[in-house]
Amino acid sequence: MKIVITATKPQTDGLVDPRFGRAQYFILMEAETQQWEALENPAIAQSGGAGVAAAQFIIDKHVDAVVSGDFGPNASRALGGADIKMFLFSPEVDTVQSAVDLFKQDKLQQFK
Amino acid sequence: MKPIQIAVASGKGGTGKTTIATSLALSLAEKYHVAYLDCDVEAPNGHLFLHPEFNTSTEAVIRIPRIDKNRCTLCGKCVEVCQFHALAKVGKTIMVFPQLCHGCGSCTWNCPEHAIEEIPNPIGVLESGKARQDFHYAHGTLTISEPMATPIIRQLKRLEIPPQTAISILDAPPGASCSVVETLRGSDFALLVTEPTPFGLHDLGQMQGIVEEMRIPAGVIINRENGDYLPLLEYCTKHHLPVMLRVPFERRIAEGVARGQTLVEIYPEYRQCFLDLFDSIAVLANQ
Repeated sequence: MKIVITATKPQTDGLVDPRFGRAQYFILMEAETQQWEALENPAIAQSGGAGVAAAQFIIDKHVDAVVSGDFGPNASRALGGADIKMFLFSPEVDTVQSAVDLFKQDKLQQFK
Repeated sequence: MKPIQIAVASGKGGTGKTTIATSLALSLAEKYHVAYLDCDVEAPNGHLFLHPEFNTSTEAVIRIPRIDKNRCTLCGKCVEVCQFHALAKVGKTIMVFPQLCHGCGSCTWNCPEHAIEEIPNPIGVLESGKARQDFHYAHGTLTISEPMATPIIRQLKRLEIPPQTAISILDAPPGASCSVVETLRGSDFALLVTEPTPFGLHDLGQMQGIVEEMRIPAGVIINRENGDYLPLLEYCTKHHLPVMLRVPFERRIAEGVARGQTLVEIYPEYRQCFLDLFDSIAVLANQ
């Protein structure tokens, strides 16, 4: 299962980024093997439509789920339309790794 | 007389754009054919003072893409060319986000399959009619939650005005962004209403930059003046901005405006001030 976590640093021990469309980085991880790569968010400096641009970027990576602090109306419509599941950080999430662990334990709330 | 278009702008909100614009219109309407356009489409308020009777109402629209699924090959060219990310390729469809669309037509133009047609998406309402003293009045109202003010301002300015109109007065939105630039476009003169405070001066500076860039002659009106605020006067001198009218900070004016009265109703002697102001504008606009 391929998941994306929004992150402030291009590493898994860095803090998560609560924003989706304007997240600093996307950590793309294969949940089973924990193999990951950090991707820069191409939408971060868009004057408008960052949510859709970021969603398009994620959709094109063929991921199964995204974990972030929240999803705006445009981003969630695009991700939902591509059948990508969205999950929200819980209060105990700090680093990207902690988000992955909680995700794998099925402890994160799904965004609807 | 050649028709003249005067925009009343300020940068900072609440400095008195509408107070000045409405009284200028009422004063000039005694001598000239005046048209008043309230371009503050996010919160139009000139009608509260001028009480127009509207006799036409039209929809303001942005033309947004509609994709013909039978023709679309999902090549993604439209998504690629859209600078505003109003389109996304999601699974087996192209998704349209109407609120992000600026109606530029790039997607339609670039679609190799001619699979895109443009359909009108209403974003607000334009109304026009007659205000007191029989002058032309028009305003636009952007629908709440619609984010884009410039298209509706553009359409408001394109509405027909009576052919005999000699003076158009445009009440600009606050701020110093696209909607103000759209209002100023085509204006012969900008009246910059400011207040003697650091905020007023800061935003006057932003407006000065805009009118200079747009090469629109401008003058300053100081509203709610309470003694000389030297930084403002020095700024005006330095940038060759004539101070054309000064309105004092006075309880009687504030109370009158709060009741819905215009400045010239509160103090009829301002009529002559506004007539003289217009004479100065006419000279400066032609220099």
